[in-house]
Amino acid sequence: MTFNFTKYSKFYYIISGLLIIASIVSLSMFGLKFGIEFIGGSSMQVDFQNKRPSNEAIQNALKSFNLGEITIQPTGSVGAVLQFKGVDEATHQRILAELSKLAPASEKSFQYIGPSIGQELRNKTELAIVLALVAITLYIAFAFRKVSKPVSSWKYGITSLIALFHDVLVPLGIFSILGHLYNIEITIPIIAALLTILGFSVHDTIVIFDRIRENILRRGMGQFEETVNWSLTQTLGRSISTVLTVEFVLVSLYFLGGQTLKYFALTLIIGITSGAYSSIFIASPLLVSWYKWNLKKKA
Amino acid sequence: MQQKYYIFIGVLILAVLAGIFAYPNYFNKSVDFLNHKMSWTLPHFPERPYVLGLDLQGGVSLVYQADLSQTTDKSGAMSGLRDVIERRVNMFGVSEPVVQIQGQDRLLVELPGVTDVQQAIQMIGQTPYLEFDEERTQAESQPILDKIKEIQAAQDKKQDITKIKDWQLALENPYFKTTDLTGKYLTKATVLFDQTTYKPQIQLQFNDEGAKIFADITARNIKKPLAIYLDGASIIDTNGDGKIDNQDLYAPIVQDKITGGKAVITGDMSTQTANSLASRLNSGALPVKIGSPISQETVGPTLGSVSLQKSLWAGIYGLLAVVVFMVVIYRFPGLLASLALVIYVAITLAIFKLIPVTMSLSGIGGFILSIGMAVDANILIFARMREEIKAGRGLSQAIDEGFKRAWPSIRDSNFNSLIVCAILFFVATSFIKGFAFTLALGILISLFSAIFITRIFLMVFVGKWAEKAKWLL
Repeated sequence: MTFNFTKYSKFYYIISGLLIIASIVSLSMFGLKFGIEFIGGSSMQVDFQNKRPSNEAIQNALKSFNLGEITIQPTGSVGAVLQFKGVDEATHQRILAELSKLAPASEKSFQYIGPSIGQELRNKTELAIVLALVAITLYIAFAFRKVSKPVSSWKYGITSLIALFHDVLVPLGIFSILGHLYNIEITIPIIAALLTILGFSVHDTIVIFDRIRENILRRGMGQFEETVNWSLTQTLGRSISTVLTVEFVLVSLYFLGGQTLKYFALTLIIGITSGAYSSIFIASPLLVSWYKWNLKKKA
Repeated sequence: MQQKYYIFIGVLILAVLAGIFAYPNYFNKSVDFLNHKMSWTLPHFPERPYVLGLDLQGGVSLVYQADLSQTTDKSGAMSGLRDVIERRVNMFGVSEPVVQIQGQDRLLVELPGVTDVQQAIQMIGQTPYLEFDEERTQAESQPILDKIKEIQAAQDKKQDITKIKDWQLALENPYFKTTDLTGKYLTKATVLFDQTTYKPQIQLQFNDEGAKIFADITARNIKKPLAIYLDGASIIDTNGDGKIDNQDLYAPIVQDKITGGKAVITGDMSTQTANSLASRLNSGALPVKIGSPISQETVGPTLGSVSLQKSLWAGIYGLLAVVVFMVVIYRFPGLLASLALVIYVAITLAIFKLIPVTMSLSGIGGFILSIGMAVDANILIFARMREEIKAGRGLSQAIDEGFKRAWPSIRDSNFNSLIVCAILFFVATSFIKGFAFTLALGILISLFSAIFITRIFLMVFVGKWAEKAKWLL
């Protein structure tokens, strides 16, 4: 039995196109909220005894410190994460003392990032993303160098790169919306997750392309579309199983894993789901469409 | 054909050892129980703790930017600074601190378990203070020694020592007193080797003003010791107990009056000692300023242990879910793969302890993710096996084909992940480094467990019986 995946190619393109456009629109409208690691500043997490004071009360208590814009994010039942401009340790202690006047407060964590470190981190992250993208494309083109007919090897590289962009754009778009609505910020763990998606979502694409390569060698070069569909059908079970096992641990991490790893897990969940989808419904159909387009051009 | 059984037994022994090493509690408790019941004397399995990062055990992490604009030997100045700060941190009584040079002019200081961050920052930020102290006379020493005795007696009786007259006197060093000579008069210290004996010596060069003071001091201290202190404590560990306290004293004897500001310290010392002495003298001579930290992260002790607990439970539930899924979908091979996965967890944890890898939250995240990814190779292989069985091949042939044909995909996709990990490791910051390292380690070990261990299990357990019970495969 072979599922005819490529029959509805246009439909997938429209869905993915809409997703990508929505992501880009949201990114350009809301932008991304970067955490203090990237922009510099201070962040402190405190737990208040018994009851958390209202945001206004906290704002008022800290007015005299001239901390710029203070964002207050409630955590747990009695905790809050406060973010404001960078302060030194002495000021930090005075702020803590001031908060304790509202309600006895115990500090869970404090972070200060100087402006130079933030800038440096942004540069490093950009470099890492660019390097990873280039390395992955090169590797795929290299791995498929022996397959040149009926579709040449660099086309495998390009189509998987398109699928990759899709997989990274979608979570970024969702985080720009989350940032706008719930103040969720892009932090280092989220960047780590995005880069892992780059590696992982190509897994799926590679496995499918590998099967296409093998089937072309076995069945000859005719009927490229059927070969692709046949390969997709054969690998479907594996694609689903693999994604599910990873999602199991990620969902468990999202619900049980604590604050730092929560959004790390969410990013991976979105990205890996999107990756599984794009490998089957974008990368492979694109190969077929490209092949058909070339045929038409020749005819 | 017997070979496979040997390998199988080898794998089992490895797995059990790794498991006990990773978590020796139950094993050692059973040993205690048996020893108690049977009056045996079985030994405990050696316990070794995991190295936990600051985000899991609590503490403060500080990054400093050193001002090297005044120095020419930048790397020398940095290692001197590192040494001075490490000394101070050790004297502060922090257990297992980390003081590391990052890049050209950054210094990372990690202080686990420190709660008084303000004091720590103040202490680290101080400019190194080098002093040369001369010996007190008997008449000067005695009152201080007497006062110390008096204070100690009062403390034993739990009296308020601040009521005693001149109690501050007891805080002074009874044997040495400060002179005018400090680090600011020292231009440079270098290690030289004696032309004939090849023993290391230290040459001191004072500036003009320092030369005069030094001449005066040496003139009145001939044949007497001149003690060298850095930050109020002996400049090096002289009694070799690994720590610097008031038991240590480094005090070369003045041989003669020295004019001209050039002095040589000789004596029986190793090259290593000479180098560290010179480097510390230099860091007192040309102090590198580090100011206040450019980044700081403080994690309270409770937050760390809560995060650790939570992520561990997340890992355990995730592992269980994967095991259930594998058994339901892939039945008997799935069960074997689950066993291999549990062995994978044991081996990885054992290696984390062995290297040792500093476990941070990001590392745990990477490790938990790798649990989900580790069975990917198995899934590829089993899916392939099923196809081959459906195509009508015999069992052992189907197993062979499954492994052989799945290999290119496994290789390509994992190699790709390793590339990404390598890029992350070399480019990014410490959070991502920890993540990338554990993920890469996980990928490598999982290739071993998913391919090698599962294969041995299949070879040992899938025999003739399986031909009749193909539904299990």
